[in-house]
Amino acid sequence: MKLSVSSLLGLKDLSSEEVLFILEQAESFKEINYRPIKKVPTLRGKTVINLFFEPSTRTRTSFEIAGKRLSADMINFSSSQSSVTKGETLSDTARNLEAMKPDLLIVRAQASGVPELLSRMVATPIINAGDGFHEHPTQGLLDLFTVRERKKNIEGLKIAIVGDIRHSRVARSDIYGFSKLGAEVFVVGPATMIPPGIEELGCRAAYHLEPLIPEMDVIMMLRIQMERGSGKFFPSTREYSKFYGLSLKKLADAKKDVLIMHPGPVNRGVEISPEVADGPFSVILDQVENGVAVRMALLYLFCGGPDAATA
Amino acid sequence: MDKKLKKSKDLLRKGEGFFLTAEKGAEMKKKKKVMDSEAIRRALMRIAHEVVERNKGVKDLVLIGIRRGGEQIAIRLAGIIGEIERKPVPCGFMDITMYRDDLYHMSHQPEVHKTEINFPIEDKLVILVDDVLFTGRTIRAAMDSAIDYGRPRQIQLAVLIDRGHREFPIRADFVGRNIPTSRTDLVQVTLEAQEKKDKVELIETGGTKEQS
Repeated sequence: MKLSVSSLLGLKDLSSEEVLFILEQAESFKEINYRPIKKVPTLRGKTVINLFFEPSTRTRTSFEIAGKRLSADMINFSSSQSSVTKGETLSDTARNLEAMKPDLLIVRAQASGVPELLSRMVATPIINAGDGFHEHPTQGLLDLFTVRERKKNIEGLKIAIVGDIRHSRVARSDIYGFSKLGAEVFVVGPATMIPPGIEELGCRAAYHLEPLIPEMDVIMMLRIQMERGSGKFFPSTREYSKFYGLSLKKLADAKKDVLIMHPGPVNRGVEISPEVADGPFSVILDQVENGVAVRMALLYLFCGGPDAATA
Repeated sequence: MDKKLKKSKDLLRKGEGFFLTAEKGAEMKKKKKVMDSEAIRRALMRIAHEVVERNKGVKDLVLIGIRRGGEQIAIRLAGIIGEIERKPVPCGFMDITMYRDDLYHMSHQPEVHKTEINFPIEDKLVILVDDVLFTGRTIRAAMDSAIDYGRPRQIQLAVLIDRGHREFPIRADFVGRNIPTSRTDLVQVTLEAQEKKDKVELIETGGTKEQS
C-alpha cells in the first residue's frame, strides 16, 4: 500500500485504511525489539534528523532507538544547543539542515503548525513529533496500537480522554485516530479545558468523570501541563485531582478489563494516583514499548524509495 | 446489447478494458501446468526423505519458511518429516523484506510481513524453505536475517522449483524440480490448504519485465 502523504503531519490526513496499514506494519517490526541482536539493515545509509525545538525525552529517545534498530544514522538536534539561540529563524535552520541531505526530519515544536510550515519549505519528508496544541500523530498511533493489541478490535469501543483537552495535541491525534477506527470517543474535563467545537473532530464532550467510568473500555488520562498554563484553568491542583484525577476508588465500578493509559510524563497524585498508574489495568509502559515499534514502521514507510524523497 | 455495454463498462472501471485485455493477451503467450498436486506431493515426500537421510535424523533440525511462498511448503515438509521420524520438527516463518537489496529501487516501500521464529536457532541446523529459487537474492537476504537471530550451525536450502538464472553464488541442497525458463517467464506456485488444488504453472510472458 502506498500512503497518500509524503509527510506525517497529523492523523487527520490519513484514511482509516492507512491508519490500519501503519498499525499492521508496526506489528511486523515489533519482533525486532525482542531479538538478541536488535538491528536490521533496512535503513542503512539513510540519515534522519531529530529536530526538537522543545524538550522531550520519551519521544526523542523512542525515535532514536527505532532509527538505530533499523540502521539509520540518527542525528539529534535540540534548539537549546543550536544556532536558534543565536537568532536563526526556523526556516533558515530547516534549509541549512536540508542542505546536508537528510532523508527524513522528525520535528517537535512548541508552536502548532511548525511541521506543516517546514514541509512547505523543504522537500525532505517530515514526521510530526508533536506540535503545540495541534497533533502528536506518532503518540496517537502508538495509543491505537496498544489498545488494538489488547482488545483486538477498536471498532465499538468506548474511550474517555480525560483532562486538559484544550492544550493537548495527544488528545487531538487520539480523537482522530480512535474515531477513524470506529470507537466512540468522549473527552472529559472541566469546562474551561474543553474547547468549544471539539465535537467537530469526532468526539463527545462530558464534564463529569465518575458517571462515565463504568461504561468505558479505555480511559486515557492526560497530563496537567503546568508549562502551558494549565494551572489558570482550575482553582487548585487539589480540586482538579478530586474531580478529574483517577484513583482506585473511582475505578471501583469500572469494567473488569478496562485499560488505563497515559501519554507521560505522569504527574503522580495529580491526574492519576500511583496505585492506578502502577496497577493491573495500567498499560502505560506498554505504550512506551509499542512506541518504538510504531516509530520503526513510520521511519520505514516515510524514509522510503525515490518517490518519497522527491514528492 | 445493454447488458453487453454494461459489462464492458464494468470491465473498464476495473481497468480491464478492451485495449488492456488485448494487450494482456498479446503479452501472455502461454500458460503451462508443470506440476500437478500429485507431482508436488511426491516431490515434497522425496525432499523430506532426503533431508532426514542427509542429516541422519532430525536432531537440532529446524525449518524456516520464507514468506510468503515458502510458508505452506515449510508447514508440509515439517509435517512429513515429523511423520517419518515420529518427532515434531520446529517450523518458523521469516519475512525478508527488511533485508532486501532493492528497497531503494522501488517506487514505494513494500509491505513488511511478520517474522515468527519462536525457537532459538543458535547452533541449530536450519533448513530454509522457499517455493521458487531464481536469482538467489531472496536466499541471500534470508541467510543474513537468519544470522541476526543467532549463529546456526549450518544452513541448508530446500526449494520446490529451481528455475535457474542465478545472480549470486547460491544453490539449493534439496530441489523438487528443475524447470528451464526464460528470465521473463513467471513461475506461479499455488499451494493451499486443500492439496487437490496444488499446482505449479509456467507463464511465458514474452515481455521484458522480470519477475521479482
